Amino acid sequence: MSIELVDIHKSFGDNHVLRGFTLSIRDGQTTTVIGGSGSGKSVMLKHIVGLLRPDSGDVWVDEHNVSRLDSDSLYQLRRNVGYVFQFAALFDSMTIAENVGMGLRRMADFPAEAIPERVRECLELVDLAGYEDHFPSQLSGGQKKRAGLARAIATRPKYILYDEPTTGLDPVTTSVIDEMIVRMSDELNVTGVVISHDMKSAFRISDRVAMLYEGVVRIDGTPDEVRASDDPIVKGFIEGRPELMAARS
Amino acid sequence: MPSATGSIQAVGRAAIGSVSAVGRTGYLGLDAVRALRKVSLWGPHLLGQMARVGVESVPIALFIATFTGIVLALQASYTFTGAVPLYFVGTLVGKTMILELGPVLTGLALSGRVGANIAAEIGTMRVTEQIDALETMAYDPVAYLIVPRVLAGAIMFPMVVVLADAIGILAGLAASMGLLDLSAPQFMRGVRLFFERFDVQFSAIKASPFGITVTAVGCSFGYHTRGGAEGVGRAATRAVVISSMIILVLDAFWAAVLLR
Repeated sequence: MSIELVDIHKSFGDNHVLRGFTLSIRDGQTTTVIGGSGSGKSVMLKHIVGLLRPDSGDVWVDEHNVSRLDSDSLYQLRRNVGYVFQFAALFDSMTIAENVGMGLRRMADFPAEAIPERVRECLELVDLAGYEDHFPSQLSGGQKKRAGLARAIATRPKYILYDEPTTGLDPVTTSVIDEMIVRMSDELNVTGVVISHDMKSAFRISDRVAMLYEGVVRIDGTPDEVRASDDPIVKGFIEGRPELMAARS
Repeated sequence: MPSATGSIQAVGRAAIGSVSAVGRTGYLGLDAVRALRKVSLWGPHLLGQMARVGVESVPIALFIATFTGIVLALQASYTFTGAVPLYFVGTLVGKTMILELGPVLTGLALSGRVGANIAAEIGTMRVTEQIDALETMAYDPVAYLIVPRVLAGAIMFPMVVVLADAIGILAGLAASMGLLDLSAPQFMRGVRLFFERFDVQFSAIKASPFGITVTAVGCSFGYHTRGGAEGVGRAATRAVVISSMIILVLDAFWAAVLLR
C-alpha cells in the first residue's frame, strides 16, 4: 500500500471536518474521492503532502509517516508527489516554461541543461506545445489546468494529487482533462488521487471511488460497486437527488 | 447600541487576535532564521529584492527628503530671526535630517511603498495557493520568499536613508541660498558646527531595523493572509499601520539607547 490515511481527525475551530477518515490508495491506480462542497476533500488531499497536519491519526506515504516528518524530510518526500491545484496556482510572474521547470530546478541530480527539453516534453504531453513563453494570464482556464498538470508531472513523480481538476470547465475541456489523467496513469504509471464532485469524470477516470461524507469514508469501491450502492446517501449524491440524502440525515 | 458583554467580547477577540498575530510573526521569524542556511533558495533572489526594496524606493525617499529639507530651512529661519545667527539654520537642518527626519520619514514612506507591496504580493500568492504550490515542489517558502526580502530591507534601508539625509541637507542649502539671506559657506558652517561622524552612523543604525521591520511585517501579514481579495487588502493595510507604529517605537528606543 503506497498511501494510507488512518483515522484522521482535523478541526478548524469548531468545524470538525475530518472525523476518523481512513483510506488506502493502491499503487498504480487512480482513486477518486467524491463528496459535497465543504465536505473536507481538499483538506484530506493536503494531508497527504503535509500541507496540513492532522489533529490525530497518521498519514503514510511510502512507509513514511507524513504527520511526523521534520520539514527537511517532508521536502524530500514531496519530490515524489505532484500536486495539481484547483485553480492551477501557477506563478503569475513566470512564463509557462519557468513554471513547469520550477520543480526540476530543485532536483540536484537533474542537469540544468536538460530542463528545457523536459519542459517541452511535458507541455507536449498536455497539448500545450508552443506556449513556453506565455504568461499564465494569457491562458484560458482549461489551459491553465493543463499547464498545472505539466508542472506536476515534470519531475516524474510517483504520485499525482488532483484537486478538483475539472471544476468550472466546459464539458469538452473536462473530457480533455479526464483523458489526460487517464494518460498520466497509463503512460507514466503514476498513482493518482483525484478529488471531485463531478460524477461523470469520477467514473470515467477512476479505478476506485471513495465517498467522503460527514468526515468519514461512506463507501470505497470500484466505480461499478459505487454505482450499484443501495446506500441512500451515496445514491442521492451520485444521482443528484438531495431528497434521498435528506431523508437519512 | 452594542451591549457591554458584546463590547467586552469584541475587546477580548481583538486582544486574542493581536497576541496570536505576534505569536505567528515570532514563529515565522524563527523559521526565517533557520532558513538562512538555505542559501541556494534565497541567494539568487537577493539582488533583485535589493533593487526592488532599495533602488526603486530612491525616488520617493528623495522627494520626501527634498521638501523636508526646504521646510526645515524655512522654519528654522523663521524661528531664529533676530535671536540666533542665521547660519544655525544649517545646524538645525543637518542635525534634524540626519538624526531624525531622514530615517523616520523615509521609514514611514517605505512602510507604505515596500511594506504594502510585499504584503499584497505574498498575500496574493497565499490566497491563490502559489505558496502551497511552492511547498509541494520542495521549495521552503520562508527561504524563497521571506529571507531575501528581509535581508534586502536590512541592507538597503540604511543606504536609502543616508542618501535621503544628504539630499535633505542639499535641499535645505538650496532653499537657504534661494529664499533666505544665507550663503552656501554660511550654511555649511552651521552644518559643520555640531556635526559628529556618529550622527551618520546613528542614522544608518536606526535605518536597518526599520528596514527589517517594514519587510518582516509585510511578509508576516502577507504570509498569513486569509479570505481572498479582501484579505489581501486587509493584510496590506495592517502591514503599513503596524510597521509605522513599530518604527516610531524603535525611533524612541534608539534615541534612548544611543543618544543618552
